[in-house]
Amino acid sequence: MNDYIGLRRLKWFVGMVFLVGIVSLIILRPLPFLFYPDLPYLGFLGRALYIIILACVLCLYRIWKGPTGADRIVAIDILGIMIVGLCSILTISTGRSWYIDIGIAWALQSFICSLALSKYLEGKDFDD
Amino acid sequence: MIDIIGLVFIGVGLAFDVFGVLGLVRLPDVYNRLQAATKAVTLGTCSILFGTFLVVGFCAAGFKAILCMLFLLLTSPVAAHAIARGAHRSGIKLWEKSVVDKYAQDKEGEK
Repeated sequence: MNDYIGLRRLKWFVGMVFLVGIVSLIILRPLPFLFYPDLPYLGFLGRALYIIILACVLCLYRIWKGPTGADRIVAIDILGIMIVGLCSILTISTGRSWYIDIGIAWALQSFICSLALSKYLEGKDFDD
Repeated sequence: MIDIIGLVFIGVGLAFDVFGVLGLVRLPDVYNRLQAATKAVTLGTCSILFGTFLVVGFCAAGFKAILCMLFLLLTSPVAAHAIARGAHRSGIKLWEKSVVDKYAQDKEGEK
């Protein structure tokens, strides 16, 4: 029992170290943009990209460790929706308008993928 | 000024995204995870797209952002409903502290 409590405190400590590291990384050093450094609001948008990449990594954790198949399918759906937001932020931060086209195509593909995977999850009848 | 409003929309959307994914990681059940994650992440991504429209302005990219927002608002609940129906029909159990299961009662009533 004593070992169990020690292990839990170790997990809390590692989690707090990760959290402080991620927050300090977001505050102190935004993601650099190499190609167009003259556009406005790049500090805010670099930090926004960090936050959305962190959310995608948490989604990948749920895909890796989902107990059932339905958890993985839910996480894949959420990951697809979040990548649309990532493409939208890239549209502002690079000034190229074709990133939002990638976002539209990704949303369509994610919707059809979710429907097909839920049909696969439901079982035998692919027809109706 | 309207750029600042758009950036505020993007910040609110980022907060909703992070909280939805925290719900996806922390909640105990498939259905709870689906409920938290889908609603929060859909609202957050739509807010990010609307902020993109406000920042970019009335050009092709802005109208594509509005189009993508409408598409997400239409299709994301459909996908969530299909996933929940498939999960319930494939026999995944609810959390043991769940109170009520109306869909199972409806299927018992049909027989």
